[in-house]
Amino acid sequence: MSPVFVVVAALTVAGGLAAVLLKNLVHCALALTVAFAGLALLFLQLDAEFAGFAQILVYIGAVAILVVFAILLTRGPEAEAGEGGLVSRSWPAGLAVAAAVFAVLGWAVIEAAQGLPAVAAAPTVTVEEIGHALMNRYVLPLEIVALLLTAALIGAVIVAMHEKEGSR
Amino acid sequence: MAERADQLFVFILHWLVGFLPATWRPAVAVVLCVASIIVVFGFLFALAVLMERKGLGRMQNRYGPNRVGVFGILQPLADAVKSLTKEDIVPFRSDAVVHFLAPVLLVITVFMGFAVLPVGRNMVLVNLDSSLLFFFAMGASTELAIFMAGWSSRNKYSLLGAMRAVAQMISYEVPLLLSSVVIVMMTGSLSLVKMVDAQNHYTWGLPHWFVFTPWGFAAFLMFLIASTAETNRTPFDLPEGESEIIAGYFTEYSGFKFALFFLGEYVGMFGIAGLGTTLFLGGWSAPFAFLSWVPSWIWFFAKVELWICLFIWLRGTLPRLRQDQLMNFAWKFVLPMTILNLVVAAVWRFMGEGLPRWLVCSAVVVIAYVAMSRVGLRRKQIGPRSYRYAE
Repeated sequence: MSPVFVVVAALTVAGGLAAVLLKNLVHCALALTVAFAGLALLFLQLDAEFAGFAQILVYIGAVAILVVFAILLTRGPEAEAGEGGLVSRSWPAGLAVAAAVFAVLGWAVIEAAQGLPAVAAAPTVTVEEIGHALMNRYVLPLEIVALLLTAALIGAVIVAMHEKEGSR
Repeated sequence: MAERADQLFVFILHWLVGFLPATWRPAVAVVLCVASIIVVFGFLFALAVLMERKGLGRMQNRYGPNRVGVFGILQPLADAVKSLTKEDIVPFRSDAVVHFLAPVLLVITVFMGFAVLPVGRNMVLVNLDSSLLFFFAMGASTELAIFMAGWSSRNKYSLLGAMRAVAQMISYEVPLLLSSVVIVMMTGSLSLVKMVDAQNHYTWGLPHWFVFTPWGFAAFLMFLIASTAETNRTPFDLPEGESEIIAGYFTEYSGFKFALFFLGEYVGMFGIAGLGTTLFLGGWSAPFAFLSWVPSWIWFFAKVELWICLFIWLRGTLPRLRQDQLMNFAWKFVLPMTILNLVVAAVWRFMGEGLPRWLVCSAVVVIAYVAMSRVGLRRKQIGPRSYRYAE
């Protein structure tokens, strides 16, 4: 473990914890952004340039803004944690789900690590190779995702239009 | 000799670093480069502010600043002293931490973009494989800083300004990205250095800049529009429309923090102008083959300054758009045109060399432009405005 990794990992975990524990919702969203940035730095530290920058562009540039907009448009900036306090009453269920997801991910990572040689040379994947892979081998998943996103976009527009007609 | 002048700063860097032990050299070299970027663009910021105030003054038939120094050239210095000595007022109900972090984050992200811009031959701080993506990632992060500023001020005008800014920047980021994708398709790379190399050829003394192709010209216009919107410049300056919402998201900022916002705005302008220069105008390459002896960095900064002059000219000329006009323009005109331009670029790529592809691609772009303008202008009365009482 390099010192850079320790710092970045601590930053990510701190951001994630703050996103859960802070009282003001907008603060939570901003803390979540710190966690996103930490993840991007982790990608960069693993020489995954493309994934790291895409993480910043998509998550900090778009998802964080979306979260913040959603908070402001639905609850207003003054809304603090509700009457039920900071911790939801169904926290054991949430804990179970989180633990299950973590277990599955950890199991997958450990399984995958067994197949690798003990000291692997850092793979050098250029953006060009990623592009070729996306356009040749993975073109079908890419197109399916594109179709799904387009459908979601049109659906969102239809939902918004319906609401507008109703208010007239 | 021309070679020496071209690589002057690279030589100076090597010479300076040569005094140090070998283990320190990389770190010191990076620090020197970063410091010079901040100093050069800080200086350009002062110059641009002066140019803007003088230029706008001329366009509006007045003098502009003319009290400090000869012709007012020391005005930026006076402004700097003023903003540094002013009291820093933080609203009582504001969110102090976020209020403090917003200008800092804005300036940091805006300056980060310069790390990948090639300002001259061999003059780029980090030559990343995906530098275009890095630039856009940093550009997208400024939105969050603007939102933080608007929200933490606890002022309705600030929040309105921030919402306007974020909505506008997200809307125009899509055409901005899509118009640059054309260049990525043509060069087959996300590296800005390679993009400049691809344009640095000459036929009959004329350059192979991307702006001189049908798809490149269309993309250039779309990029220009989107970059104006992205930097919140007139005619897209709704986020800070001073006649409507005081100063938008930085209404509650004073003193040095206000100066930081000002700096961020102008440096963001330089960044986007530098990116546009690199993508479409050949970066640091000379406009004619016989001018190649002029140092490359002079060309880069000359093009960026031209771009800034264009921004100033636009600001002196055009009125502000309305919010619905802004959104309609982005989603119903600029976005379809950029998507069409992707198809045109693909056609250009696969038609092979020769005149036919020039004709086909130009025809598609022009016909689409005319048709969409006609459709957009239908049922809109455009003509001289008649006044009832003010005649």
